Amino acid sequence: MIRVQREDFDPGRELAALTAGNHKVGGLAVFVGLVRDMAGDETVGAMTLEHYPGMTEKMLERIEAEARARWPLEACLVIHRTGRLEPGERIVLVACASAHRQAAFEACGFLIDWLKTKAPFWKLEEGPAGAKWVEARESDDEAAARWAPEEPDAAE
Amino acid sequence: MKLLYFAWLRAKTGVAVEEVTPPGEVATVGDLLAWLKGRGPGYAEALADLQVVRVAVNQEYAEPNHPVGPDDEVALFPPVTGG
Repeated sequence: MIRVQREDFDPGRELAALTAGNHKVGGLAVFVGLVRDMAGDETVGAMTLEHYPGMTEKMLERIEAEARARWPLEACLVIHRTGRLEPGERIVLVACASAHRQAAFEACGFLIDWLKTKAPFWKLEEGPAGAKWVEARESDDEAAARWAPEEPDAAE
Repeated sequence: MKLLYFAWLRAKTGVAVEEVTPPGEVATVGDLLAWLKGRGPGYAEALADLQVVRVAVNQEYAEPNHPVGPDDEVALFPPVTGG
């Protein structure tokens, strides 16, 4: 399941709902991304997340389908927020449930790595020198490439 | 053809969404980018370095040789930075 939303989410409640009633789940791995107050050496007052409505959901659904094809997942949840967020606020949640921990951990890592390089979101950071669009990082491409082979129609 | 611009491509072109009718010889993503560059200084600046411009045709990532037509939705944006 994927969700793109402006409002915050409650990780505890989301995880409980994700696995409720499914006793085949033996492992639940979760990643929660937060807004930092520093980018390199510069302080960040806030950031605004922009996205491409329509394509964002399509790409997230495709990435989830790819994770489900690769690992035996019982449940899967991706929530990504948009709009203006301040340091400490939650940006993203990725949770994967499986019978055993290895599939849950791996699928969770895969989902966040692919999300970061394929889902059309952009961060605008507010710093002391004004607002600045965050540049894509090569280390993110490398992290995503660990999970190759890539779909032929996904760029980067 | 519907064009969408995101992040700094929107800021530099000054356009978020527009409807355009490129000349008939514009058949691919590459042709479209070359044509757009000539539409004004904002476009020229936004499209100066195509290494940092990603294109999606009908919400699918597309390479320069991908065809484009009058009914397509074409989005231009920088490499993504979510998560």
